[in-house]
Amino acid sequence: MSDFSDAFAAALTLIINFESGLAEIVGLSLQVSFVAVLAASVIGLPLGAALAVFRFPGRVTLVVLLNALMGLPPVVVGLIVYLILSRSGPLGTLGLLFTPTAMIIAQTILIMPIIAALTRQSTATMWDEYSEQFKSFGTSRSETVLTLLWDNRFGLMTTILAGFGRASAEVGAVMIVGGNIDHVTRVMTTTIALETSKGDLALALGLGIILLCLALSVNAAAYLINESALKRHG
Amino acid sequence: MGEVMQSSSILPLEIDNISYVAGGVRLIKDLSLTLSAGTSTIILGPNGAGKSLLLRLCHGLLQPNDGTLTWQGPEAATAGRYQAMVFQRPVMLRRSVTANLHFALKSRAVSKLERDKKVDDILEITGLTRLAKTPARALSTGEQQRLAIARAWSLNPEVLFLDEPTANLDPAATHAIEELIDSIKKSGTKIVMSTHDLGQARRLADNVLFLYRGRLLENAKAEQFFEKPENDLAQAFLKGELLWWHRRELKPPSEFKHPEKP
Repeated sequence: MSDFSDAFAAALTLIINFESGLAEIVGLSLQVSFVAVLAASVIGLPLGAALAVFRFPGRVTLVVLLNALMGLPPVVVGLIVYLILSRSGPLGTLGLLFTPTAMIIAQTILIMPIIAALTRQSTATMWDEYSEQFKSFGTSRSETVLTLLWDNRFGLMTTILAGFGRASAEVGAVMIVGGNIDHVTRVMTTTIALETSKGDLALALGLGIILLCLALSVNAAAYLINESALKRHG
Repeated sequence: MGEVMQSSSILPLEIDNISYVAGGVRLIKDLSLTLSAGTSTIILGPNGAGKSLLLRLCHGLLQPNDGTLTWQGPEAATAGRYQAMVFQRPVMLRRSVTANLHFALKSRAVSKLERDKKVDDILEITGLTRLAKTPARALSTGEQQRLAIARAWSLNPEVLFLDEPTANLDPAATHAIEELIDSIKKSGTKIVMSTHDLGQARRLADNVLFLYRGRLLENAKAEQFFEKPENDLAQAFLKGELLWWHRRELKPPSEFKHPEKP
């Protein structure tokens, strides 16, 4: 038991001092997840809204596929991206394997379906309400998608934060494509996995606490944004 | 009441023998009529008669399964641009009153400069200026409907369809909406409105369409309809009798029995 409390004390010291090694790992984590969420949103938000609004052949298949992809196993995504980026893979010449870019690609693939599927759901609800009026106005297709995304902005903020939560907590995919290389591709989750197996509980625990706080604040932010939006816009 | 007669770009609307089917049920049955410019037409009938459906068919939100609707005016090809519709539950975008007005005008490709002026004008005319910056969804239901009608009016429609715009409103708000509709009518816009409020129909109608179970049972001038409706169901409706009985059990109006009076 004293092992545990020692480790806990050491972890707190680590966090309070926030030494460069720790800061580097936390920084890279945030950077990778942030860029991945940005990329996934740029694709996922308009895709989700378009799926909610437009009727075209193959739409139902796409929606089902997207919903299924929400549950993609991270290690499988990691494996696929690994195969594509590895020397003998189709994109091997780019030399991206074991770089932060590879991790960003893997995370984008993981969370894009989540953002698109959740966007489709909430946009569809709003579209039920707006569709006849927009048809009556003669609103153009692009204007329709932009308006629905804008009017749903607070709900979508929650969606994006959910994507961010998934990205920052994910370990399997970044481990495979990033390789957990010290000072290059080492992020919070992969460090926790490594240090735990090495027995260095202090660092693992310290990072675990930071990750927990991050998840908590992301959720709190999502809740507060929604609350204030409900108050202001009903 | 002075009738505003003017040449129209799209009217009259010729409706020829249309039917509308949903879920295997014929909800509009072999309906024919002509909507012409200059008069306001009120669609009367009990719930489920097909009033809202008829409005949506006229406005082009729904397509009939059978029969045709033809705008006869010179601009028939772009008829949508000369129409607007207000729904029973006002559809408010999650943005300010002003932004709601801008949105509709932008959808009709009105330039920014022109929009600014029109929005100011319509806020002024409809008495919404003091609410201009308020989020539309924070307005009361009556104010929301006023905004919805102002928004439709700002598009300068030649035909304005209104689907029971006062169904959820109290008498004061209803009165305000009726005044607004009257102003729109006086500006030369043809009003086509559904309601089940007889008093409202009397106040606003030049012509009355009486619908029952998807059929057009009477199409008459307002005075004639309210004084001497030809159809027995219309007579019953005007007397405030419920229309839940089956048609073949109908007796002449003189033989109706009131439950209170033995």
